[in-house]
Amino acid sequence: MLFKLSIKNIARSMKDYTIYFFTLILGVAIFYIFNAIESQTVMMNVSSSTYEIIDLMNSMLSGVSVFVAFILGFLIIYANRFLMKRRNKEFGIYLTLGMSKRKISLILFFETLIVGCISLVVGLVLGTALSQVMSLLVANMFEAKMTEFEFVFSSSACIKTLIYFSVMYILVMIFNTYNVSRCKLIDLLNANKKSEKVKLKNPWLCVIVFIVSVSALGYAYWCVTGGVTDMQTADKILIPIALGAVSTFFIFWSLSGLLLKLFMSMKNVYYKGLNSFTLRQFSSKINTTVFSMTIICLMLFFTICVLSGAISIRNSMTSNLKTLAPVDIQLDKTMDISADSGYSPEIIDDSKISVSETLDRLGFDTDKYFKDVIEFDLYASNDILIKNTLGSVYDELVKEFPYLYYDDAETFIKESDYNKLAKLYGLDPVYVDDDEYIIISDVDFWTDIRNRSLEKGTPITINEVSLTPKYNECVNGFVYMSSNHINTGIFVVPDNVLNNMPRESEILVANYKANTDEEKQEIENMILATENSPYAQNTDIEASSKISLYESSIGLGAMITFIGLYLGIIFLIASAAILALKELSESTDNKERFKMLRKIGTDERMLNKALFRQIGIFFLFPLVLAIIHSIFGIKFCVYILQTFGKEELIKSIIMTAGIIVFIYGGYFLITYLCSKNIIKER
Amino acid sequence: MESILKIYNVEKYYGSRSSLTKAIDNISFEVDKGEFVAIMGASGSGKTTLLNCISTIDRVTSGHIFVGGEDITKLKGNSLNKFRREELGFIFQDFNLLDTLTAYENIALALSIQNVSASEIARRVDKVAKELDIKDVLKKYPYQMSGGQKQRVASARAIITNPKLVLADEPTGALDSKSAKMLLERFDYLNKELEATILMVTHDAFTASYASRVIFIKDGKIFNELHKGDDSRKEFFDKIIDVVTLLGGDLSDAL
Repeated sequence: MLFKLSIKNIARSMKDYTIYFFTLILGVAIFYIFNAIESQTVMMNVSSSTYEIIDLMNSMLSGVSVFVAFILGFLIIYANRFLMKRRNKEFGIYLTLGMSKRKISLILFFETLIVGCISLVVGLVLGTALSQVMSLLVANMFEAKMTEFEFVFSSSACIKTLIYFSVMYILVMIFNTYNVSRCKLIDLLNANKKSEKVKLKNPWLCVIVFIVSVSALGYAYWCVTGGVTDMQTADKILIPIALGAVSTFFIFWSLSGLLLKLFMSMKNVYYKGLNSFTLRQFSSKINTTVFSMTIICLMLFFTICVLSGAISIRNSMTSNLKTLAPVDIQLDKTMDISADSGYSPEIIDDSKISVSETLDRLGFDTDKYFKDVIEFDLYASNDILIKNTLGSVYDELVKEFPYLYYDDAETFIKESDYNKLAKLYGLDPVYVDDDEYIIISDVDFWTDIRNRSLEKGTPITINEVSLTPKYNECVNGFVYMSSNHINTGIFVVPDNVLNNMPRESEILVANYKANTDEEKQEIENMILATENSPYAQNTDIEASSKISLYESSIGLGAMITFIGLYLGIIFLIASAAILALKELSESTDNKERFKMLRKIGTDERMLNKALFRQIGIFFLFPLVLAIIHSIFGIKFCVYILQTFGKEELIKSIIMTAGIIVFIYGGYFLITYLCSKNIIKER
Repeated sequence: MESILKIYNVEKYYGSRSSLTKAIDNISFEVDKGEFVAIMGASGSGKTTLLNCISTIDRVTSGHIFVGGEDITKLKGNSLNKFRREELGFIFQDFNLLDTLTAYENIALALSIQNVSASEIARRVDKVAKELDIKDVLKKYPYQMSGGQKQRVASARAIITNPKLVLADEPTGALDSKSAKMLLERFDYLNKELEATILMVTHDAFTASYASRVIFIKDGKIFNELHKGDDSRKEFFDKIIDVVTLLGGDLSDAL
């Protein structure tokens, strides 16, 4: 009997449950898809170093899943609370008829059970279907070759989804039982009769609050952009974040009053069609929903930043590699290790011979496998530290950036060596006179610092030779291959100046004598195999190859992308669902209002337009502010992650916009259609 | 006299063939321009159904209703809405004001959905507020007003469009006797001074005694009809009570 009632209840309130169902199904599907990635990656044919990254990614994804489960759990309980509120009257009638609270709890228990089962089944089916598409994306991300399409069903992800969601549904059941046991009959029956009090805010107070919060927000924006250099420790970012959150709240609070005042003063607009009605609807509700709007705005902001950040990191990593890893291999070895350094005598001996000789001793034939070989030295001396090269700028820099290492030795390279390297790397060659130096750098932050000293013409002294800067700014370039910009500054000086300088390291760059990827991989494997040679423990030579850089970088990029997508989409769904549920839960009030408007003869088209605008404003308001936040948020991300480059930002912003339009816009459309259905005449 | 409302053999049935309820059973009458007509009847007599049919909220099963010569039973969709907003004024028992709007905005809404300019709206709201004595509540919200004030605001909304016909469904139903009296005096004023044609449904003899004519309905049929003629309101009230007594005990709760 009770079970039957539950089924009928659900069927009857399907209209109200649409968004709830939709969200649950999406939640289940996404949860499954991202947890199923693990089983998809197992199938892929990739190298072992990629496997390590994939392993890391999978464990991070399952960690993030716990966090996601919390968000979804919160969302489900929140959504459930909305639906319960709408049904107060129904419960009131059950109670008046003499049904016990225990039985009402039981009805709710069955309802949650049915809703839970259906959403899990549908969600898992949808998830399994979509995860086949995902597997293509996964393979594409890791640049693995998909020899044939394979249908993957991850039973572990399925079980995990079942467990997590069961826990959430059980929590909802407990929550419902608690709520039912607490409620009073009189409140239930009168629940709908409480008339709404509309409090208009004092417009002057609104203006003041608005100005104060906009300036606070402006300050927060400045903190993360113009004043970003002051941000030396991680905790300092908390101030603009807190400021931003609080001022977001007060902007919504004051704006609702201000906008209404503004439109009311424009009488011709205000008293046109249903405009006055729409605006009042909006302002009467924003009084009660300012808080949730703030939360939604901040969640959207987070979503936009995470999505565009993650996508652009991946994109720029791949594109960076083309320029930052121009040759197949780079080997470097610390030179001239001093006898009292604590290293074994063999290593100290090895540090006196050249890289190619070491390779020879390792049993690797450089002539046979390498072409375009360049061998050169980098020099460094404890007499010339970073602080010595900054000249008069040093004092102000210490005040501004006390956390930087000013006591590290600077690195030098001979002009001729650098130009040989530049030619191979495809960089512009540089020329210095006998008394000149040039700094090569590709980290924006350090370039800025060094430019300040170069502008002053700060001289440096090497081996009693005084050099002055040729240019008043750094030249873009690098020596070490890497997946991102890491060159904080290397000095290019005339060759003869360095003759008596201690060598820091010797570097050998080369291309493989190979035509195909397979041959290159073979040579690479041979180099890796030297690790097992008996001489290996007598040297501390290090290699970084194009292939390994590529693999680790696509792995890292894919990892960031997946986690970003996962979090971003969940946040997006959560915020859109909250908005949609809030709008729909108010549709009962609206129903009466629209019925009245219809009675006095308002056109159906006009009513739909008013409804569309009303919901549109509610969805747009937080989004607009979130977008403004994001402009500065992304700028900050670009600054923080500048080693990754910003070349691909536009593309990733467009992709983010696409995802948001699809999900957020979809929720908007469903909300509008459901509301339209609710206000429809019988 | 020109007749504003012509009801012609109207029938309204509810239910299926096996259990048929005749809410309105072949009713015909006319209302002339400038008349103030009350329809009286017990609960379930069909008076509200009749009003709903006239106001096009409900549809008749058979018969015709003419408002100003136009057969409104043939109207559909947006022309129905147009008819409602241009030719009719509504006053409901539970006021039906929008709780989010002020009194002024509630009244203005009736005009703004007809695309009347803001200055014209201001002029007309001002005028109607004076006539209904609600100038000092124009800035208030429904929840800040008394029932009588709310009903006068609703009345202002109903007549501001200069409708051919004002329909009132138990307008005093939710009011205390003092507010009811005040409202009815306003109705009287609107009827006599502004020549508004009013059709009011009520089960209260006191309320009905303000009308110039009372039509009694019982079980969906016209039972009796009374004209005020030259009687005083008190005499007319006594006559109504007599008919009510004939009708049965249901209406004995009159004042």
